[in-house]
Amino acid sequence: MFYREAGDFKTSYAEDNQTFPIKFDRYRYYFVLLVAFGIVPFVVNDYWLNAVLLPFLIYAIAAIGLNLLVGYCGQVSLGTGGFMAVGAYSCYKLMTSFPDVSILIHVVLAGAITAAIGMLFGLPSLRIKGFYLAVATLAAQFFLVWLFNRVPWFYNYSASGQISAPERTVFGVPVTGAETSPWAVYLVCLVFLTISAIIARNLTRGMAGRKWMAIRDMDIAAEIIGVDPLRAKLSAFAVSSFFIGISGALFFAVYLGAVEVGESFGITKSFLVLFMVIIGGLGSIFGSFAGAAFLVLLPVLLKNLLVGSLGWPTDLAAHLELIIIGALIIVFLVAEPHGLAQLWRMAKEKLRLWPFPH
Amino acid sequence: MLDSAESYTTEDGRTIGPVVMEMKNITLRFGGVVAIQDISFDIREGEIRAIIGPNGAGKSSMLNVISGFYNPQEGDVFYKGKKRPPMKPYQVARQGIARTFQNIALFEGMSVLDNVMTGRIRQMNASLFAQSIWKCEAEREEVANREVVEKVIDFLEIQHIRKTPVGRLPYGLKKRVELARALAAEPSILLLDEPMAGMNVEEKEDMSRFILDMNDEFGTTIALIEHDMGVVMDLSDRVVVMDYGKKIGDGTPDEVRNNQAVIDAYLGVAHD
Repeated sequence: MFYREAGDFKTSYAEDNQTFPIKFDRYRYYFVLLVAFGIVPFVVNDYWLNAVLLPFLIYAIAAIGLNLLVGYCGQVSLGTGGFMAVGAYSCYKLMTSFPDVSILIHVVLAGAITAAIGMLFGLPSLRIKGFYLAVATLAAQFFLVWLFNRVPWFYNYSASGQISAPERTVFGVPVTGAETSPWAVYLVCLVFLTISAIIARNLTRGMAGRKWMAIRDMDIAAEIIGVDPLRAKLSAFAVSSFFIGISGALFFAVYLGAVEVGESFGITKSFLVLFMVIIGGLGSIFGSFAGAAFLVLLPVLLKNLLVGSLGWPTDLAAHLELIIIGALIIVFLVAEPHGLAQLWRMAKEKLRLWPFPH
Repeated sequence: MLDSAESYTTEDGRTIGPVVMEMKNITLRFGGVVAIQDISFDIREGEIRAIIGPNGAGKSSMLNVISGFYNPQEGDVFYKGKKRPPMKPYQVARQGIARTFQNIALFEGMSVLDNVMTGRIRQMNASLFAQSIWKCEAEREEVANREVVEKVIDFLEIQHIRKTPVGRLPYGLKKRVELARALAAEPSILLLDEPMAGMNVEEKEDMSRFILDMNDEFGTTIALIEHDMGVVMDLSDRVVVMDYGKKIGDGTPDEVRNNQAVIDAYLGVAHD
């Protein structure tokens, strides 16, 4: 009724291969883009930007990156926080070393540097998998945080040990530093997220994605039909870390402005992004969005509800929030391992027939 | 005895080409266990070559040697006239040797179409960058290879499940999808490890028809392991018989059927 694909015929393989093969989906996608680019920048204010939109946009990039690695290639990683730190610190070093180059280029370069580091820490994946790989990436997490804490060169020998973003502009509009306007910051992150999502989608519907999924589903069979496991796994680590690096750079330069590595990019960050991927849905780009939105919105909603409406003390609400998120993760793992994305797919299946299911 | 470079025509009019793969004195050991002992045989272009033998005879190990999964301790594999150095399985696959497995080895989380497309890995080499923007060679490759894959899908009659995740399919269809994936690679040699295991008579008939048609239409060289003697004798041009890691017979189905060593191995022999 609301959702139909009958009468939507494709006459070429290119049409069948596109990201949204169903016309209705395609129009909805254009509509979302229109709202995101055409309407939100005019109405966005500081509270919405900092509490909801920026964290959502930035975490969604990280979640897409991690989903490529964990959901598509099946390589568990707990090093997300560390890789985000690599993105942040390389962006900082680039910004301070080459102040004349555009921040956009710095962010992309920070992603590339993170990709290289990610490949390096992805090397153990050739020998080990599952829990053992998770522990190996955990080592990366702790090592990277330690490195950025202990080597003063990375924070330009600042007394506090923090890094803080100098002011940079895009087309004359400041996007980092103290004097930013919400719409500009929002648009920069939105552009990065949109491009990341498109790239991720293109990769996963093509041969690269098939290789990754083949490795995930049965690595021995993948190798026997011709997938080079070394290149497939390392490319997954590289692409994944690229996106995570970009999100780390944005998180530091655009969102926080000043960063202390252990606090901002600690192990909790790794788990947060992993939860987004799991709750949103492993192996789904839409799921990365859903998971990021869910985990960003939930605390805001709970806070508004419990503290704002019911008048509970803040600390109680904060603890309750942790309990609820923990419980939800368990519920999801048991009831719907494929996450929100699967729920969405099921809802669409139902809607196709509604209101006459027979 | 035929020369290895010569071709000949079978009774039913098919042309069997020169030798495409030759195994010379292969010995494979796992620690003290000798899985394959000094076996030599060849596979000719366009033929259906069967490897049979009782359980534990070393047939699957032989197939694993051909597909590069095991490297034999002794002996050489000659492929298209050249000695093949020890290789990783994916390198062997890239040379044009495809296979199916005794226990189905499909990618359960992917659709049938994606599974079969994965078989085209040898023909799809677009750079990661081109793939990420879905332009240039990546887009062309995707469409061109999709056409080939659709032909294979038509041929094996699995059009209706094209977009179904493989995990949801019944056993018989999975076997067929796996065959499609191997066939999509347009292999020079197709290795089938018990393609009819666990099938009923009708499914076996279907599968036999597919194997014969494949050989007939695409001229695919097929090496297969099978336990059903009726099927083997009907399908194959030549048969290798193995027992306890040794070759005990090699020849046309008729020759093998009348070979005393083969009869002994299958029916048992009186010890007096």
